[in-house]
Amino acid sequence: MTATVLWVTVLAAALACFALKFVGHLIPEHWLAGERVQRISTLVTVAMLVSLVVVQTFATGQSVVVDARLPALAVAALALALRAPFIVVVVLAAATAAGLRALGWG
Amino acid sequence: MSVAVATGLYGISFGALSVVAGVSLAQTMALSLLLFSGGSQFALIGVVAAGGSPAAAVTTAALLGARNTLYGAVVAPLLRVRGWRRLVAAQLTIDESTAVAVGQRESSAARAGFWVTGVGVFVLWNAFTLLGALAGDALGDPRAWGLDAAAGAAFLALVWPRLAARRAQVVAALAVVVSVCLIPVVPAGMPVLAAAAVAVVAGIVSRPDTPAARTQEPS
Repeated sequence: MTATVLWVTVLAAALACFALKFVGHLIPEHWLAGERVQRISTLVTVAMLVSLVVVQTFATGQSVVVDARLPALAVAALALALRAPFIVVVVLAAATAAGLRALGWG
Repeated sequence: MSVAVATGLYGISFGALSVVAGVSLAQTMALSLLLFSGGSQFALIGVVAAGGSPAAAVTTAALLGARNTLYGAVVAPLLRVRGWRRLVAAQLTIDESTAVAVGQRESSAARAGFWVTGVGVFVLWNAFTLLGALAGDALGDPRAWGLDAAAGAAFLALVWPRLAARRAQVVAALAVVVSVCLIPVVPAGMPVLAAAAVAVVAGIVSRPDTPAARTQEPS
């Protein structure tokens, strides 16, 4: 993306996300109180975040690649299971990948 | 206090990952000031870094931000604000401010909780985004530092607390399969939108919670 296209992308996303927040403040609460709406919202968030994990870990362009990112993700999962705080999880993952690459793999 | 520390650390990660993704310092700050929703911001820079289209980046950010619409509908009756304050309240409607507001018994405490958390997170999030972006600028090659792996770990940390329910676990497994299968065949950014579509279908076809199922699904 060129700098201009990226600016348009950033501002369009910001406008869309603000509009979504603002609409919630304008509509009656009961419109969205349905069990199904809540459930779909929760599941969409889960599915997108999981998909982003997969893409960030395995995608290199349009190829599926196994490299140092996979053991790094495993370390992150272990840290989360041990209730480590956000920054510890992220730093451990980065250090794992960086360490493996310094050793010449991935 | 713990919310503040978590926000600060999370903001540093976002700022650093954003600039190594090729988003400028000014654009990174525009995201934290104007978009102000962590998941959507991380997702947008993820799609940009992967070479996805602008439309895919905006759609991904908006779909992840759609839960804020539900939050707005929940907190608006508690806040009862009008005019320009309503615009400010909308911008501050995020996971943290909603959770704190809804967690209070008294409506005055709910209002105070919303504003203190919302303003506090906004200030810290932007300050630490700037710090992270400046640090990221100085780092150089992101792969040598493992920052590409850090992005995956950041998303895993975001989704982790949402995976308690059985239904969420099933949808997560579906999202993994759909994403891995689609990465080689569709443009960057599209696998994430396909996973969102799968979740919508799963949400529509799955049965409502029964009381028995609820007790098995702490969320």
